[in-house]
Amino acid sequence: MPRETLDSKLTQIQNEIYLLGSMVEQAILDATNTLKTRDLKEAKRIFEEDTVINEKRFALENAIIILLATQQPFARDLRLLAAMLLVVNELERMADYAKGIAKINIKIGKSDIDIPVRDFQKMAEQSVSMLHRSLSAFIEQNPNQAAAIPQEDDIVDELYTKIYHATIQYAITNPSYMDQANDILWIAHNLERFADRVTNICERTIFITTGELMEMSSNDDETDLSDF
Amino acid sequence: MRSLQSNGKPKITAKNFNLFYGDFQALKEINVDIPEHSITSIIGPSGCGKSTFLRSINRMNELIPCVKTTGKIFLDANDIFTQDVVELRKQVGMVFQRPNPFPKSIFDNVAYGPRAHGLKNKAVLEEIVEKSLTDAALWDEVKDNLHKSGLALSGGQQQRLCIARALAVEPQVILMDEPASALDPIATLKIEELIQNLKKEYTIVIVTHNMQQAARASDHTMVFNMNPDRSGYIIEYGKTSQIFTNPHEKITEDYISGRFG
Repeated sequence: MPRETLDSKLTQIQNEIYLLGSMVEQAILDATNTLKTRDLKEAKRIFEEDTVINEKRFALENAIIILLATQQPFARDLRLLAAMLLVVNELERMADYAKGIAKINIKIGKSDIDIPVRDFQKMAEQSVSMLHRSLSAFIEQNPNQAAAIPQEDDIVDELYTKIYHATIQYAITNPSYMDQANDILWIAHNLERFADRVTNICERTIFITTGELMEMSSNDDETDLSDF
Repeated sequence: MRSLQSNGKPKITAKNFNLFYGDFQALKEINVDIPEHSITSIIGPSGCGKSTFLRSINRMNELIPCVKTTGKIFLDANDIFTQDVVELRKQVGMVFQRPNPFPKSIFDNVAYGPRAHGLKNKAVLEEIVEKSLTDAALWDEVKDNLHKSGLALSGGQQQRLCIARALAVEPQVILMDEPASALDPIATLKIEELIQNLKKEYTIVIVTHNMQQAARASDHTMVFNMNPDRSGYIIEYGKTSQIFTNPHEKITEDYISGRFG
């Protein structure tokens, strides 16, 4: 195998992307869990530990750029490295949603507003399951597996719509909680966007294997308020 | 083989072209259109017939006694094998791997071709020499030393002198066989930039082992491969941007990503 150096470095980066993905999965699950426990200390930890994810993203980006410069890849290797650059960026942005949820949690503080914890957890679990499988498909370069995931985004979208309507209704009947209701909507928004970004990872798996850049679902508004 | 989707008018066309060295078939069924005013690179593993095909385009292979060919190659609509070979080589110039200036002055190197074709008028010759050296991006470096020996120039300058010498007879096509493989990286980039400018007036076909060079410098890339009987054929031909990012053939993919064999 004449490209042993390139192949072994690609494997290393793939493993690190997998690890970064696990950190992001844990961050969103923890952030959602603290909505239930209302452990604000833990929320602060999640908020602060986002910097670890940011640093890892830059380290990976740097490793990818070095490989591009030194190994001068073509064809599938080139597509893989270009896709990796995008995926590490997606993962970093997804972690920002976890950070955003932790920040909102701290802001809600001791308010006694009813947080739809169960639905938030369902959204987070579904999103994490999608992310986990999308990263497996990415690393195994399995386009069929990747192509099947984006449609599951509907489950997250339905939960979002449910929370949205319930929260608006709550705010109408309890106008003094308007501000907190708005916070609840942002949490839902962050989880919904988190799942949307899984689709982008799936698109890159298709790109690596076929060379085609294609949109797998038409996400609505890209307005990004994750940092709240 | 997938054929090239190009809007350019074909300058060179090969139809069912085969070439034999004695009993050995070196090229098998080459069918290809090379668009005019573009740079086409030919890549592929050693011994697969890239240079043989390049040399066929100006019938250089005929200098080898045992060579025979079947099929046709056209320059525009003209069958090159029915053309006068001297006239053909005036239209199809060639630049080789190692710079090979004549042991003459810079001026005489460039004026050699026009003189051989009977041009004697000194003023016209001077004009041709200046234009050819300018087009070869060498004029500014040598204009005050035209009487100096071509062999006194650096390797990169010598190669540009050879390009100027090829341009002096106003060819339509320039064939280049690994034109930068003996040059340092800066001289190599100069040649690559130079050919980008030349394609406005000429059609350029370049054989290279340097895939980065093919990717940087050419519009289209033709990938040669070898059959089990060692005859060469074209496995894939497409826009350079496609070949190097998303080749259609696995053999191309393996070759350009360095996983061949």
